[in-house]
Amino acid sequence: MQVEGPNGAGKTSLLRIVAGFANADEGNVIFNGQSITDHYDEFATQLLFIGHKTGVNGQLTAYENVCHWLDVHGYERPTNIYEVLAKLGLVGLEDVPVRTLSAGQQRRVALARLWMNNAKLWILDEPFTALDKKGVILLQQQFAQQLSLGGSILLTTHQDLTTHFDDLKTLVLEYRH
Amino acid sequence: MKISHSYWQLFYAVYKKDLTLAFRQRAEIVNPLLFFLIVITLFPLAIGPEPALLARMAPGIIWVAALLSTMLGLDKVFRDDFNDGSLEQLIASAYPLPLSVLAKVLAHWTTTGLPMVLMAPVFALLMNLDSQLLSAMLLTLLIGTPLLSFIGAIGAALTVGLQKGGILMSLLVLPLYIPVLIFATSAIDTSSMSLAYGGQLAILGAMLAVAAVMAPLAISSALKVSVS
Repeated sequence: MQVEGPNGAGKTSLLRIVAGFANADEGNVIFNGQSITDHYDEFATQLLFIGHKTGVNGQLTAYENVCHWLDVHGYERPTNIYEVLAKLGLVGLEDVPVRTLSAGQQRRVALARLWMNNAKLWILDEPFTALDKKGVILLQQQFAQQLSLGGSILLTTHQDLTTHFDDLKTLVLEYRH
Repeated sequence: MKISHSYWQLFYAVYKKDLTLAFRQRAEIVNPLLFFLIVITLFPLAIGPEPALLARMAPGIIWVAALLSTMLGLDKVFRDDFNDGSLEQLIASAYPLPLSVLAKVLAHWTTTGLPMVLMAPVFALLMNLDSQLLSAMLLTLLIGTPLLSFIGAIGAALTVGLQKGGILMSLLVLPLYIPVLIFATSAIDTSSMSLAYGGQLAILGAMLAVAAVMAPLAISSALKVSVS
């Protein structure tokens, strides 16, 4: 599902509420028939969230960042971490501090998580920010992969998706004063 | 993707990350220690280098200096993770947040409290502290500094969402340090009279036990409020 709307319409707020970081004034978030506030740990095992702030530490290297994320989320480190980073165009940059990389490369380090998880629900806030055209295409291929495995994606973006997704739903938020 | 649920893996990952970061920016470890040293050397300059007077005041001075230098690193405990979004990732992890918090607090103690405990004998020399008091001072610091980290981290978690939370955090946290200060210095005083100071140490130990269990829960709730 793609969430659209002008700046300030509340796209990020909506995503943060769905991810359980913020509380809604009204209503509940239900996942698999259970309220996420009551069963947050179960929900968290199925959730992958990448926000504006991606959770990539500038002092650590790309490889360390990926490993730390895997450890914190309870995944075993797969053997293909370097291959995923290579696929994302980070060859030779795996072991330099991330702060020395460009904005797009830093985002790619965060997005590497999409190749290494089995979360059912991906919540991505502006995943295409700072990515070049190739990166956008690569990312959409991975979206298709996630959907083919029966997962769901909730994302905000100002760009139109160039790949055609069969069951794409669009939610348009309006700005109200 | 294989899932390996292990609390130890999470604890170790968070602890190791904070230690790695501290060692990459060594100023973080060295600055509180230098501050500790400078505060201690200021006192003989200000009140005069009379050995008996210094020895009398040494426990108090060393403890107050320890309180203040612990405060220096506290703001950083959650600040960077809050700014780069790592905190959200920790909250959205399938693991309990208090466990990550415990690892972060212990990492803070390892990088600020532990070096102070190790350096204390040297600083005690500067203050002409009796060798008989040294063991009392080391024991109180060993039990007391982790306690300072736990209490302080609650304040750090509450103020991490504010732009300039540093001063507010000091105002919140320093009053909570008073009981630690009272029992620690009282233990050293008692030891100077050659009496048993096990009672004060036991109370400090009890406070540490309560803080180790309760503080991570309080910090987690504070962090969730700060993030939302």
